[in-house]
Amino acid sequence: MKVLLRNPRREVEVAGNRRVKDVLRDLDILPETVLVIRGDDLITADQVVADTETIELRPVMSGGVS
Amino acid sequence: MKCRKCGGSAVLELRRHNAAFCAPDFLEFFRNQVREAIRKYRMFERDEPVLVAVSGGKDSLALWDVLIDEGYRTTGLYLDLGIFDYSVASRARCEAFAATRGVPLLVRRVEDEVGAPVPVIKSVTRRPPCSGCGLSKRYLMNRVALDEGLPVVATGHNLDDEAATLFGSVMHWQTDALPRQSPALPSTHPKLVRRVKPLYRLSERETAAYAFLRRIDYIVEECPFAAGATSIAHKDTLNRMEDASPGAKHNFLFGFLEKARAAFERVEAVTLNECTRCGQVTTGTICAFCKLADQVKRSV
Repeated sequence: MKVLLRNPRREVEVAGNRRVKDVLRDLDILPETVLVIRGDDLITADQVVADTETIELRPVMSGGVS
Repeated sequence: MKCRKCGGSAVLELRRHNAAFCAPDFLEFFRNQVREAIRKYRMFERDEPVLVAVSGGKDSLALWDVLIDEGYRTTGLYLDLGIFDYSVASRARCEAFAATRGVPLLVRRVEDEVGAPVPVIKSVTRRPPCSGCGLSKRYLMNRVALDEGLPVVATGHNLDDEAATLFGSVMHWQTDALPRQSPALPSTHPKLVRRVKPLYRLSERETAAYAFLRRIDYIVEECPFAAGATSIAHKDTLNRMEDASPGAKHNFLFGFLEKARAAFERVEAVTLNECTRCGQVTTGTICAFCKLADQVKRSV
């Protein structure tokens, strides 16, 4: 599958049909720090993403102190 | 995963609440949390006009969206920090949101008020960029609210922001900062408006999810000056604790607010004066904003 990441914007390939929580673990990303987006939808960590699909892991952290 | 409320397919799991929600029920959960924040801290009344400070990011636009839907009379305030393309893009998001929702948006440029944009302020003061930026924003939010006759400023600070600030204050035992950390700061002087944070009960993942599900076009990119900010390091630490123990951030912040904050209230009152230059409130003779503007003028 294709995984889109931000800050900086980049793409990585993850092989096989995988559960979201396993993809996050492989990429060393804490579930609390991203939204997982497939198409126009959010998906939960137990969902399986097919090898042919694309997901976006959108960071949720905003920075700096105001 | 099933929605806790309706049993339908969930789109978001909230481990700290041991729950998952479908999109409509999550949006209602979100609005309920904002309603509870406003009610609990009496942030503003139904008929009070509210100045909403917006940055183009998920938090402030989500906040503005909820307040509009709740029927509050809101005016947006965008402070143009002059941070290159980032400011151009974030201003465009705010203007587009205001136009779509048919609500007023005020725009002020930091460069017009301080004498230089944030990147120049950063190099002149040799302080972390967030320092001069935060000082300018707090000052201008208050002054614009006064000028416009608006009694309260609402900002998009979320649970993660508040927990990270608290963590930083506790790490350095900044006991003077602890009593000021509150979801609602009352007006303590005729020239200080109320400041409130209606999103303090919601994590930044929840505000991001709300903004996404509401199809709000917000700026996802980080401020280019945020890299290396201490608050980001604190958020990282807290997120690791949250991963190991869901609810850690919530318990840290809410425990402080409910059990510890009062113990740090000052016994002696702080004397508030009016700045001899601009007339805004300060504890000294000349306010920090005017000192910053002086420093910029000498160097630019």
